[in-house]
Amino acid sequence: MITVKCFALVRELSQCASLTVPFEPGMTIASLQHQLAHRDANWQLALEGKVLSACNQTLVDSDCALCDGDEVAFFPPVTGG
Amino acid sequence: MFSSVTCDDFDQASLYSRLQAEAVAGGAGAIVTFTGLVRDFNAHGRIEGIELEHYPEMTEQALRQLMENACARFSLTTVGIVHRVGKIANHEQIVWVGSAAPHRQAAFDGACYMMDTLKQAVPLWKKEFQSGHGKWVAAKASDERAALAWVQGIEANSE
Repeated sequence: MITVKCFALVRELSQCASLTVPFEPGMTIASLQHQLAHRDANWQLALEGKVLSACNQTLVDSDCALCDGDEVAFFPPVTGG
Repeated sequence: MFSSVTCDDFDQASLYSRLQAEAVAGGAGAIVTFTGLVRDFNAHGRIEGIELEHYPEMTEQALRQLMENACARFSLTTVGIVHRVGKIANHEQIVWVGSAAPHRQAAFDGACYMMDTLKQAVPLWKKEFQSGHGKWVAAKASDERAALAWVQGIEANSE
């Protein structure tokens, strides 16, 4: 399984803070994002525009390959400080 | 070296004392600290405080990485970062960074580097409240340029 976490605007638009999806061989950040965006209009809206992604708490590019058990997060550009 | 993410306000004097003790033990000759406050306005007028969300497991890792990078890059003696999350009222403290080095320029550069990269690489998100409604703050191009400047070694444009 892949654990997916959403933060800030992505969490609000998708109306989802956390969910799990089955792992599939060959899965990448981009393919997972594509799969989620096709769930419904909320997810589509949440994942369009500039969305950053992390795998196991490290920022990664969309071509990052996933492994079973990974924790993936989607969130907008950060605005701390 | 120390960092923390807290819902509560922080005491600059105790943070400074902690940094100073580590700095002195490491032979530092300069300490620079920076404190960020919540402004009471944005581009559209007066605001009624902010709320900060973060990704707890990642924030800790990102802060530690940022501090290690700063120490290595500027040969700092020690550093510290404290960032608040949750609801924060206007004029309250939001972030503190401290940087100690053998000489002042490295301490200034270290503090500046940590603030600039914190705004780009640590998973924190700010929501401002205005007329009873909350709105996520958009990332600023000027912050991105400031962080990129450290990577590329060029001077950031001011905005």
